[in-house]
Amino acid sequence: MKLTINGEPKEIANPTLTVTELLKQEGVSMPDMVTVQLNDEFLRPHQYPDVTVSDGDTINFLYFMGGGQ
Amino acid sequence: MRDFTDSELERYSRHIILEDVGIEGQEKICDAKVLVIGAGGLGSPVALYLAAAGVGTIGIADGDVVDLSNLQRQVIHTTADVGTPKVESAKNKMLAINPALTVNTHHKMLFADNILGVIQPYDFVIDGTDNFATKFLVNDACVLAGKPFSHGGILRFAGQTMSVKPRQSACYACVFGQPPPPGLVPTCSSAGILGAVAGMLGAIQAAEALKFITGSGAPLYDQLLSFDAKTMNFRKVPLKRNPNCRVCGADGVKALRDYEQVVCEVKNAKNS
Repeated sequence: MKLTINGEPKEIANPTLTVTELLKQEGVSMPDMVTVQLNDEFLRPHQYPDVTVSDGDTINFLYFMGGGQ
Repeated sequence: MRDFTDSELERYSRHIILEDVGIEGQEKICDAKVLVIGAGGLGSPVALYLAAAGVGTIGIADGDVVDLSNLQRQVIHTTADVGTPKVESAKNKMLAINPALTVNTHHKMLFADNILGVIQPYDFVIDGTDNFATKFLVNDACVLAGKPFSHGGILRFAGQTMSVKPRQSACYACVFGQPPPPGLVPTCSSAGILGAVAGMLGAIQAAEALKFITGSGAPLYDQLLSFDAKTMNFRKVPLKRNPNCRVCGADGVKALRDYEQVVCEVKNAKNS
């Protein structure tokens, strides 16, 4: 399936994939380090194992950045 | 209508000459009140640029004193300031740049029981804090008080920022929900930060404040700007307000609470 991940088009071999699996495949070592936007909606970490992505979806992983000082 | 003196006209001439600012815009800047929370990596460049721009009243809130390890990035402080409260050090530099300003110092950490009183007099708030507990608290307080603000976060070579118009554009909690579990996401001295990255993001936050004040351009509402200084890729992610947001949604925040403070995992590290 074709996805847009963090602004880049990407071809994924799997026919179906949960957000948890996708994060792992994309090298996000800990799912709690990011907030995930699937199309327009933000998911919460407890949803990652159950929500699946499908062809044409747009996914953004936004990292938590807590620094400032 | 403010009567600018000749020296003010000269000082602000490069603003006034801008079509989108002009005399009227500079008047708005001189009449504006902006609060900078945190006089550190982000707060330093923000405070310097706002002072130079002539923002008439600048509040600066920070409970720390200047530490030698701050000077690699906190450009408003100097070696001679080590040991001095950051708010005093920052105030001195701002007034040195622009003696006509009013600078209010708030030498304290902000918590649920004191933040609303601190932000109340200001038109716009800058989040230059260094931990998730305070970032979420600043968001909650600004939503509750209806204060527009700029969120900023930095980590290693990366930065992110969004501007929030409470209950009109997506808030920090619409995007990030809750603070991440303690200890999972590095926030402080253990992760490191390229000093210039703090300057890049702080300058963007200062520009957002000045855009808000003058009404010029389009603030980063409903957008998260993130960049990676390693590649110098900048990306704007469109955001949508969450109607069920626990902070700015219909059943949103009614009272403030403190979030759990994450203790830095490196035991001997200084706390800023």
